[in-house]
Amino acid sequence: MWKYILKRLLMMIPVLLGVTFLVFFILNMTPGDPAAIILGDQATPEAIAQLREELGLNDPLLIRYFRYIIDMLHGDFGESYKNGISVAAQVLDKFPNTAVLAVAGIFVALIIGIPVGIISARKQYSALDNTSMVLSLIGVSMPNFWLGLLLSLLFALKLGWFPSQGMGSGFLPLLRSLVLPAFTLGTGSAATVVRMTRSSMLEVIRQDYISTARSKGLSENVITKRHMFRNALIPIVTAVGLQFGTLLGGAMLTETVFSWPGLGRLMVDSLNSKDIPMVLGSVIFLTIMFSFVNLAVDIIYAFIDPRIKSLYKKAGFRKRKAVAA
Amino acid sequence: MSDKELLRIENLEIRYETDDGVVKALNDVSLYVNEGETLGLVGETGAGKTTLAKGILRLIQTPPGHIVGGKVFYDGKDVLSMTEQEMHQIRGNAISMVFQDPMTSLNPVMTVGEQIEEVIAVHNPDIGKEEIRARAIAMLGRVGISADRIDEYPHQFSGGMKQRVIIAIALACNPKLLLADEPTTALDVTIQAQVLEMIRKLKNEMNTAMILISHDLGVVAQTCDRVAIIYAGRIVETGNLYDIFKNPQHPYTVGLLDSIPSLTKETKRLNPIKGLMPDPTNLPSGCPFAPRCNYASSECSAAVPELEESGSGHFVRCIRKEGR
Repeated sequence: MWKYILKRLLMMIPVLLGVTFLVFFILNMTPGDPAAIILGDQATPEAIAQLREELGLNDPLLIRYFRYIIDMLHGDFGESYKNGISVAAQVLDKFPNTAVLAVAGIFVALIIGIPVGIISARKQYSALDNTSMVLSLIGVSMPNFWLGLLLSLLFALKLGWFPSQGMGSGFLPLLRSLVLPAFTLGTGSAATVVRMTRSSMLEVIRQDYISTARSKGLSENVITKRHMFRNALIPIVTAVGLQFGTLLGGAMLTETVFSWPGLGRLMVDSLNSKDIPMVLGSVIFLTIMFSFVNLAVDIIYAFIDPRIKSLYKKAGFRKRKAVAA
Repeated sequence: MSDKELLRIENLEIRYETDDGVVKALNDVSLYVNEGETLGLVGETGAGKTTLAKGILRLIQTPPGHIVGGKVFYDGKDVLSMTEQEMHQIRGNAISMVFQDPMTSLNPVMTVGEQIEEVIAVHNPDIGKEEIRARAIAMLGRVGISADRIDEYPHQFSGGMKQRVIIAIALACNPKLLLADEPTTALDVTIQAQVLEMIRKLKNEMNTAMILISHDLGVVAQTCDRVAIIYAGRIVETGNLYDIFKNPQHPYTVGLLDSIPSLTKETKRLNPIKGLMPDPTNLPSGCPFAPRCNYASSECSAAVPELEESGSGHFVRCIRKEGR
């Protein structure tokens, strides 16, 4: 198991290299001169040329890329072009806000998605099932920002129950300010989780071991809990993991609508001002986070399904044997 | 074995409503099983054997399946009118079932111990954890699996071992009746004999009655006291083992026996029954076997023949009743 985790962590290195190269390359292709943006409208061409020299922008792309990687390996992600503050510090400052929002969003997705998915599967083609399928189709299709605007129109402006903007400090204000963005973010994921739970449960319901469980005289609820759900869990965990990764990185629209001070908004702002080090730093950080979520999902598999666990063990065993021989 | 009747099925009718039409899976099936007795239920694939076993335990998936008529009495009590709670008491406790495919009949994410303990726990709410585990270990021992494998998962067992575990689950609560749905079909021939022998030994020790579903007449001949032959959802012949094998009277039974290759007679080719079983959504109006029968006359397709007694305890659903 530990060997497997180590292997997965090592595999993150080429992924990160690829991601950094792509982002670095694409940002370089975008129009606009960073030096001109930093210095503003009033800058003289001489000043711009001097700054370009100082920032190393005149060097070839690959040289700059390698310089960036070397710095990165020393833990230096550069400074923001806009305000000169260290990128790492800013990203780490904003990330917890995004993480809180993503956790709240996935929580909403789970408490709606899993029960509804299970009930839908157990009562397939019933009115309840059909309703939940239509609603989840709407949930998947609805653009986040639009739902966010509607929710804040109704619950913040009309009813005044929750704040429409910003993040509260202190536990209760934070919770109150979380409700609308979390529901905005969680609805789409909930819809995905409902569909995944339902189809995965339906797959399991038809298995022979469910007939065995019924023939033992267990009640339907025990069968659902003990026999169906755990077997149906792997695709659900996969879907939830992917959703969580997406929420960590893709909350830009929701964060913008609700003025949530998270990483998504930081990235949007940095993109607008062509703050390359900032964008690069955020993307790399999100890639690392996404990889960790995926790793966590794979580790959870082993706890759900003993067959997968034994596969990990066997792989290690075979290697040891090969070394001995 | 005693003559006390344990299970009686009267005129059971089961239908599956599918998009392609109504499948008449069981039609007017009546049979009985005495305490400790083994009844062999023989028929080809699709004849309704599994439907009958599942119907007894009311495990027919609804939809598409429906029990549309008939009665099932277990120990004098009407099973079909019981509440779902009462059924939970019957299943796994009074009547158990062993399914055909051991590879898929165990839950892959629970240890075999948990799966045996589960059925003991649900039917014995008063006993403690240690006692439950002790009983599970004892049960594993009875099916020939050592106690140190109790915490292993199904994927760590071979097919034959899995079937042993499934039999342990089925017999853990000392049921009065075991429904064994082709328990050895999915196993190697060598393992088949072992498992069959083990079932026979355990059921005799525990005085459990059994309905052994099979399409293998050899298995039936080794194991059963009485035999019922089922064709297209109808019992076509039933009687004791000797009557069925030595004095078969329905042409279908004769055909089944003739399709077993003989070791003593020189045969160049197998001797199968010609044709296929009729489409269960569109059964012929008369005797369902008539289209394949060598002796069929116009009378056969007029109406379904009644199941009539031709000898003591030997019933045949054929107007001819002459066998060969």
